[in-house]
Amino acid sequence: MKHKRSWGVRTFAVAFRARGILFAECGARVAIVALPAMAAAALQVRLVPATAATTSSSSSSCSNRASSRSVSVPCIRRDGASVFGSVARFETRQEVRRVVSRGGVRALAGEVQAEGKDGRGCRVIHGRCFVVGDNIDTDQIIPAEYLTLVPSKPEEYEKLGSYAMIGLPEEWGKFIEEGKMKTEYKVIIGGDNFGCGSSREHAPVALGAAGCRAVVAETYARIFFRNSVATGELYPVETLGKIWEENHTGDIVTLDMEKDVLVNHTTGKTYNLKPIGEAGPVIDAGGIFSYARSTGMIASPAQ
Amino acid sequence: MRAQVQSIRDRERTARVVVCRSFRSVEAECSGAAIAVCCAATSGAGLAAMATVAHHAAFSPALRDGSSVASGSEFYGSRVSVAAAPKTSVAPVQRNMRVRAVMAPPQRQERSPASTGAVKHAMTATEKILANASEKTKLTPGENVWVKADVLMTHDVCGPGTIGIFKKEFGQNAKVWDREKIVLIPDHYIFTSDERANRNVDILRDFAHEQDIKYFYDITDRSNFRANPDYKGVCHVALAQEGHCRPGEVLFGTDSHTCNAGAFGQFATGIGNTDAGFIMGTGKLLLKVPPTLRFVLDGEMPKHLLAKDLILQIIGEISVAGATYRAMEFVGTAVEAMTMEDRMTLCNMVVEAGGKNGVVPADATTAKYLEGKTSKPYQVFTSDGNASFLREYRFDVSKLEPVVAKPHSPDNRGLARECKDVKIDRVYIGSCTGGKTEDFIAAAELLAISGQKVKVPTFLVPATQKVWMDLYSLPVPGTDGKTCAEIFEQAGCDTPASPSCAACLGGPRDTYARMNDPQVCVSTTNRNFPGRMGHKEGQIYLASPYTAAASALTGFVTDPREFL
Repeated sequence: MKHKRSWGVRTFAVAFRARGILFAECGARVAIVALPAMAAAALQVRLVPATAATTSSSSSSCSNRASSRSVSVPCIRRDGASVFGSVARFETRQEVRRVVSRGGVRALAGEVQAEGKDGRGCRVIHGRCFVVGDNIDTDQIIPAEYLTLVPSKPEEYEKLGSYAMIGLPEEWGKFIEEGKMKTEYKVIIGGDNFGCGSSREHAPVALGAAGCRAVVAETYARIFFRNSVATGELYPVETLGKIWEENHTGDIVTLDMEKDVLVNHTTGKTYNLKPIGEAGPVIDAGGIFSYARSTGMIASPAQ
Repeated sequence: MRAQVQSIRDRERTARVVVCRSFRSVEAECSGAAIAVCCAATSGAGLAAMATVAHHAAFSPALRDGSSVASGSEFYGSRVSVAAAPKTSVAPVQRNMRVRAVMAPPQRQERSPASTGAVKHAMTATEKILANASEKTKLTPGENVWVKADVLMTHDVCGPGTIGIFKKEFGQNAKVWDREKIVLIPDHYIFTSDERANRNVDILRDFAHEQDIKYFYDITDRSNFRANPDYKGVCHVALAQEGHCRPGEVLFGTDSHTCNAGAFGQFATGIGNTDAGFIMGTGKLLLKVPPTLRFVLDGEMPKHLLAKDLILQIIGEISVAGATYRAMEFVGTAVEAMTMEDRMTLCNMVVEAGGKNGVVPADATTAKYLEGKTSKPYQVFTSDGNASFLREYRFDVSKLEPVVAKPHSPDNRGLARECKDVKIDRVYIGSCTGGKTEDFIAAAELLAISGQKVKVPTFLVPATQKVWMDLYSLPVPGTDGKTCAEIFEQAGCDTPASPSCAACLGGPRDTYARMNDPQVCVSTTNRNFPGRMGHKEGQIYLASPYTAAASALTGFVTDPREFL
C-alpha cells in the first residue's frame, strides 16, 4: 500500500480502513490512498476533525465508533484542480465508512477507477451525463431480444449491461461506445415518465451493470422506480421541473444527493432536486435484501 | 430470548423505526412516531419483510419529497398489522412464521371487510380487495400495507431471474411459500432456436420439479405445440382460461400486463424479479394503496366499436402517465354489457397509461365465465356508492369512433378514418391484448362480410392453445357456420401460428412475424414504442381487431365502417 504524504504533514493515525481505500486521519490534513492497482490516482483530502484521531487497523472497530462528528471533504482531482466548491458532509463515521467503503471516494474524484463495486452506494456522483427526453420506455432501455439474459447470472449480468440503451433512436446518440461493455456516462438526465412500458427488471439492471449510477428525471413509471430501488442498481432522483432540454450529453455534472442538487459544470447551471428520501439507504446498501442484511435484519448471508 | 433492538437513524425525519427480533411475538410499546416491528421467527424472510417497512416509503416519489412529510407521517403513523403465517417455511427452520408489526397496541380485527353490513368507511373496490388481503378493516390511498399474494405468475423471460434471486436470498434449498400458488407459464420466447431462450424454459422446468410446483404449463416439443398437452401460451390469457383469476384475490405477475386480470374484479399488477423473488419466499408484498380513477362508460356500443377502441380512447385522453400509481376502475352500462374478454382488453392496457391496476367489478358475467374453471370460493368487492375517487371520467360510447394509437406512443391517439392515407406493409393480430378468441372472431367477421382478400401479409397468432382450437372449431356468426380458420384462409391471411407472445415484443431474431425491416404495421398489440416489434424504425399503429382486418383489406389504415 502506497502512502502519500501530503503537504509535509505527518500522517499518524488511521481512522479506519474501508474496502480498497485507506483513510488516514490526522490533525488537519489527511491522505487518501489507494491500493496499488490504482495507486496513481491518490487523492488529497482534508478532514476537519472535531475529536482526536483514533487508531485502528480494522474496519470493525471503526464501525463500532458511533461518535458523531462533522467531516467536510473538499474534493481535489487527480490533476490537482479543485473540482468544485461543494463539500460532502458526513454525520457519522459510519456514513463515511459506508460511502468510502463502496468506492465512494472515487466518485468524489470522478475519474478514479476503484476496485470492487464500481462507485456504488455513493450519494455524490460526478461524471458525464447522458441526456434523453420524455417517455423513455424499457424496450428502448433494453430491447426484448436481450431478455434471454438472466440478470442473476454474473456473466449474463455483465452482458446485459453492454446492451443498455441500445434500443434508443439514433437522435439520442450512443450510450455505450462501439465495442465497449461499459458506459462512460454515470448519470442519465431524462424527462417525464422515465422507464415506462414493460415491467422488465432487466432495465434498471442493464443500466446499473453498464456503470450508470443514477437517473435524474422529472417523473418515473412506477414499476421501473420500484425495480430500481429493490435491486439497488440506480438512484431514481426526481427534479423539480423540466431540465433535460438545458443539458447536453457529455456535460460534466455532479449529482449531490446530500444537498439535493445537480450541478452542470459545463453550463454552470445548478438544479434543485427532490430528496432521494427513504429510497436512499436501500440503494446505498445495494437493494432491498442487502439493506435488510446490512441493517442486521437478516442474519443469514446471501448464498 | 431477549429482544434485540436496533434503531435506524433517519436523517430526513424525526420518526424512528425500531426493529426487534424475538422468538416470541412481542408487542413493544411504541411512542409517538415509532414503529415496532417484531418478528417471531428467525427466518430471513420474515426479517427481510420487516426490513422493507423502513424503506418502503421509497417506493413512491410522493413520500420521498421532504415537503410531504404528512404522507411520511401517515406511513409511520399508521398501524401496520400483519398477521400470520405462510405455511411453507423458509429453510432452515420449519415453523409457522408469525409476523406482526404494530404501531400502537393492536386492535382486534373483528370481521373481514366483505362481511360488514353497514359501511363504516367507504372504500373503492381496489381498497377493499387490498384491505381483505392485508386483513384490515379499512384502508385509505397512500397507506403501505403487507398484502398476501393469492397467485404469483412468472414466465420464461423473468422466471429464471426471479428463481435466481429466490435461491440467493432464501437459500439454495429453500422452499417456496406455497407450491399451489405459483403458476409458471412459458410463453414469451418459445418457438425459437435461440439457445438461451430454450435454456430458460429448462430452468423453469427444473425449478418446477424441485419445488413440486402444481401449475407448470410445460413445453418440450417445440416443433409441434399440439404435442404438448400442458402447454398453454400467453400467460395472461392462460391465467384466465385456466381459472387462476378470481374476484377479490391478489395476483402478482412478472409482466406488466398482469393488470389484465383486473377484469375479474381482483387486484392484479406487474412486478419485477426482485419483488417476485421476495414473494416466492414469503407469500407477501408491501404495497402502497393506490387512489382510484373511475371511468364510467355508458351507452350502447356501436357495432363497429370494440373494447380496444375504448381503452385507446382513454389512454389518448389521460396520456401514458395519466394513471401512474393509480387504479383504473371501469364501470357503466357499456362495461356491464361486455364479455369477459372485452373486459380483459380494457384492463390489459391499464399499464400503458401508467396504471397500477385495473378493475371491473365482478358480476353474473364473471360468475358464468368462471363456471367449470375454478371451484375455489371467491369474494366480490365493489366500490361503495360514496367512496372517493381521485377523478371520474365519463364517456358516452355511442358517440365514439374507431381509433388507433399512431407511432410511437400508445397515447398518440388518432381517428382511424383520419389515417386512411397511411400505407401499411403488414397486419398483426395477436398478443394478450388482441389475440383472444373474440378478437379473432371479430376480425373474421369483417373479412367474411367483405368477401375480399387481404392486400398485405396478415399474421395471426392465437394467444393460447385453446384460442387456436377455437379458430378451427367455433362458427363465426353470420357466415353460415364457417370457422375463423376457413375465413382467414379464404382471405389470404397467414396460417394461424403457434400460440405465444411472438412478435408483440420483437423477441429473438427468428421469432414469427418479427419486424426485421423498417415497415408500417397495424397491430392488435399493446405497445408501439420505437423498436417494440423488432426494428427501431418500424412504425406500429395499435388498433382493434376490426380496424386491423379492415386495414389488411385495403393496404392502408382503414376505419372498419368501410366494411361493417
